[in-house]
Amino acid sequence: MVKYLIKRVLWMIPMLIGISLISFFVMHLAPGDITNNEASFNPKSSEESRQKLREMYNLDKPVIVQYGLWLKRMGTLDFGNSFATHQKPVFWEKTDEDGNITKGMIQQALPITLMINILGLIITLVLAIPLGIIAAQKYGQWQDKSVTIFNFVGFSIPSFWLSLLLMYWLGVVNNWFPISGLHSINYESMDTWAKVKDTFSHLFMPVIIPSVTGLASITLFVKNGMLDVLFQDYITTARSKGLTEHKVVYTHALRNALLPLITIIGLSIPGLIGGSVIAETIFAIPGMGKLFYDAVLMRDFPVIMGILTIGSALTLIGNLLADVAYAWADPRVRRGVARG
Amino acid sequence: MTSSLLKLNPFSQTHFCKLIFSLAFASLVACGNNNTNNTANIDYSKNYPPEDGGTMVDAITGEPSSLIYMVAGESASAAIASNIFNKLLKYDKNLDLIGELAESWQISPDQKTITFKLKSNLKWADNKPLTSADVLFTWRAVIDEKTASPYASDFQLVKKAEAPDANTFKVTYDQAYAPALDSWAGLQILPEHLLKGQNLHTTAFARKPIGSHYYKLDTWNNGENLKLSRNPNSVLGPAKIDKLVTRIIPDNSAQFLELMADNIDSMGLDPIKFSRIVPSRPELEKKLALYKELGNSYTYLGFNLKRKPFDDIRVRLAINYAIDKQEIIDGVYLGLGINISSPYKPGTRWSNPSLQPYGYDVGKAKALLKEAGFIDTDGDGIVELNGKPFAFEILTNQNKEREKSAVLIQRRLRAVGIDVKIRAIEWASFISRFIKTGDFNAVILGWGLGLDPDQFSIWHSSQQKPGQFNFIGYNNQEVDKLLEQGRTELDPDKRMKIYHEFARVLLADSPVVYLSAGYGLSAIHKRIKGIDNPAPPAGVSYNSYDWYIPEPLRRNEISAN
Repeated sequence: MVKYLIKRVLWMIPMLIGISLISFFVMHLAPGDITNNEASFNPKSSEESRQKLREMYNLDKPVIVQYGLWLKRMGTLDFGNSFATHQKPVFWEKTDEDGNITKGMIQQALPITLMINILGLIITLVLAIPLGIIAAQKYGQWQDKSVTIFNFVGFSIPSFWLSLLLMYWLGVVNNWFPISGLHSINYESMDTWAKVKDTFSHLFMPVIIPSVTGLASITLFVKNGMLDVLFQDYITTARSKGLTEHKVVYTHALRNALLPLITIIGLSIPGLIGGSVIAETIFAIPGMGKLFYDAVLMRDFPVIMGILTIGSALTLIGNLLADVAYAWADPRVRRGVARG
Repeated sequence: MTSSLLKLNPFSQTHFCKLIFSLAFASLVACGNNNTNNTANIDYSKNYPPEDGGTMVDAITGEPSSLIYMVAGESASAAIASNIFNKLLKYDKNLDLIGELAESWQISPDQKTITFKLKSNLKWADNKPLTSADVLFTWRAVIDEKTASPYASDFQLVKKAEAPDANTFKVTYDQAYAPALDSWAGLQILPEHLLKGQNLHTTAFARKPIGSHYYKLDTWNNGENLKLSRNPNSVLGPAKIDKLVTRIIPDNSAQFLELMADNIDSMGLDPIKFSRIVPSRPELEKKLALYKELGNSYTYLGFNLKRKPFDDIRVRLAINYAIDKQEIIDGVYLGLGINISSPYKPGTRWSNPSLQPYGYDVGKAKALLKEAGFIDTDGDGIVELNGKPFAFEILTNQNKEREKSAVLIQRRLRAVGIDVKIRAIEWASFISRFIKTGDFNAVILGWGLGLDPDQFSIWHSSQQKPGQFNFIGYNNQEVDKLLEQGRTELDPDKRMKIYHEFARVLLADSPVVYLSAGYGLSAIHKRIKGIDNPAPPAGVSYNSYDWYIPEPLRRNEISAN
């Protein structure tokens, strides 16, 4: 097992380099650079200043040279500074000679996105697993049908539309929840409990809406997994041994039905760091989705590469974790891995 | 191992129900957490005498990259930095230049030297004195190669700048430069004692600025908001409103919802919200006041004058007559725009009152096309020249109003036999792939202009290199001469005549079709008092520092922060 893990981890390094090379070149396929943003299309601004800026950021050099410079910097795990936001560090904070700390862009956006996505994933699982089980147990009956309808309605509704409607109803008509943003404007002066409540109320809509509308796929997985398992022989054996239905379903059937879910969760780890740019824009949440989208529009190459690199590293790690978790959970796979 | 974990059965039905209930309960806990503004009964139109205090909240769609405007350049940076820094001069309510940091100024008889006399006892927000040394430092910074400021060109024309004493700042140009005073009304003066030796692209000052104007920056919550509070050392005296909070809300609909819920006090509106939505809701009319002011910008259809047939003036005039501009103003801007005949704001001295915009005349358009040799030989409704049908693509950026205008233009041109396709492209690709390379036929774009009438960079024949703004390729010696004269003529009346003539030649030549000059539309909460309505030439916010919020109308401010 350990040999297998070491092999996988070592393979990640050339894979990451390959991914970053391809990403870098694809990124440069789009025409334009940081000097072509709307602010620079001002009749009072000069082309010379834009040219000087290009030289300052090495944008006039050939793409392969720029990639080499980026790779060299990455060797020391220095993700560089953003072009578009006054040289803010891309990843982690940097301290200058005077002791001023400037926070990194990913350092600020990632915790927010992680919090929203992890909460959302928990809520999705907490809702989808019981719904899937109910649908499987009462297959073909009204409970199954209503779960299916509920899921498909949620899946088909455009979440930005639903978000705006709920923002209007919950925030404008009834002053129950804040409409947008992450914190109230007087957040700094609140006591701890008030801060927790404030964050919770701001996150309510951005977390609930995507998780409820995204229930469909996980519910279907659980339901199909359960259906597969419930018709197996060992379940019939368990029932004929006289075990209660509750014990049959929850102690014996469920753990086998949930195996594919482990893979799903492992594969969704890279998704945890990607925020939905639409939801983040509507709710004014400064997360990773908006960071990436803005960076692409502004051609902020260091930020784009930083996010792509972290995303690819997490994808590789997530895949590895999913495989390991599956091996740990399923003895059949474990034996196969140990042999090979 | 797995069995013991799953023995917990969190997913049994009873547990499931308990979980649903606890989620619902938790959400209720979060409810009612907002400032309960019981604003339903307050009469916001009541008048109150001026008083100090209160917080005004507004919103921007993007975060400023830095608060040093000469480096940042984007509108978000300008919006915040303009509350923090002063310039030597400013424009008053009638758009005449008056002193801000300068008490007075003198132009030498040869018109090449301007001597500014600064007000005395000026202080920065950190109590250090503000002197001409700071102005000299700022000038050096803006022309410095390392700063690479986009706005350096005006200041690079200064041959010599001196600060002979703490209250005097003297600049000498190579030749008389008429836009000079306007440029000094735009340069935000930075403190030398805090920025000397610093790289303006990396200095921490950009996020923690110290200025001299009405407000200073208290907090910058990344991605969320910026909070300003009154600067006690303000060189122009104290503002009335105590705090300004700017929230970063990227989505337009979210901003409007916040405006409706009373969480922000002002917002820029589009024509639909201005004419249809707000007037149709009595609860909004009760608390929001609408303002409209003519901006200093216009939209146009520009031709690539280096390509046939746009080099033929008859073709350009034909297209001009074929487009119904009033239809575009009424359809796209709901009537909130003006049909212009010169590239200047109507009503200002630079706008030539004797010029009439081209009207909508299909007959004239068809006749001109025929004269230029375009005839429909095969009866398919599209005219041809030498067998080639007259078809081209109009490019524009992803701006809903420009796209809609393009659709109306397409239909009107089809009626005279021209086949037009429309393509909307993402901005950076648009500029770098099409504009910079000159690879386009026609574009719909706009110009947002400053208050000085000089338009050298847009129309002069020397400004056609890739990346410069005469990308349509306009080449007119008469216009070149007028533009050069306008730059060196300091007498306002003589200057006015030059630009009137410039506008006349431009209209006759029609290198672009002026589509409309739009109104700036905004809604400001009625709790903000002291706003002039209708807006003077300088716009509604010229006196924003005298606006006040009477105590009974203020938001529930739980704490002073």
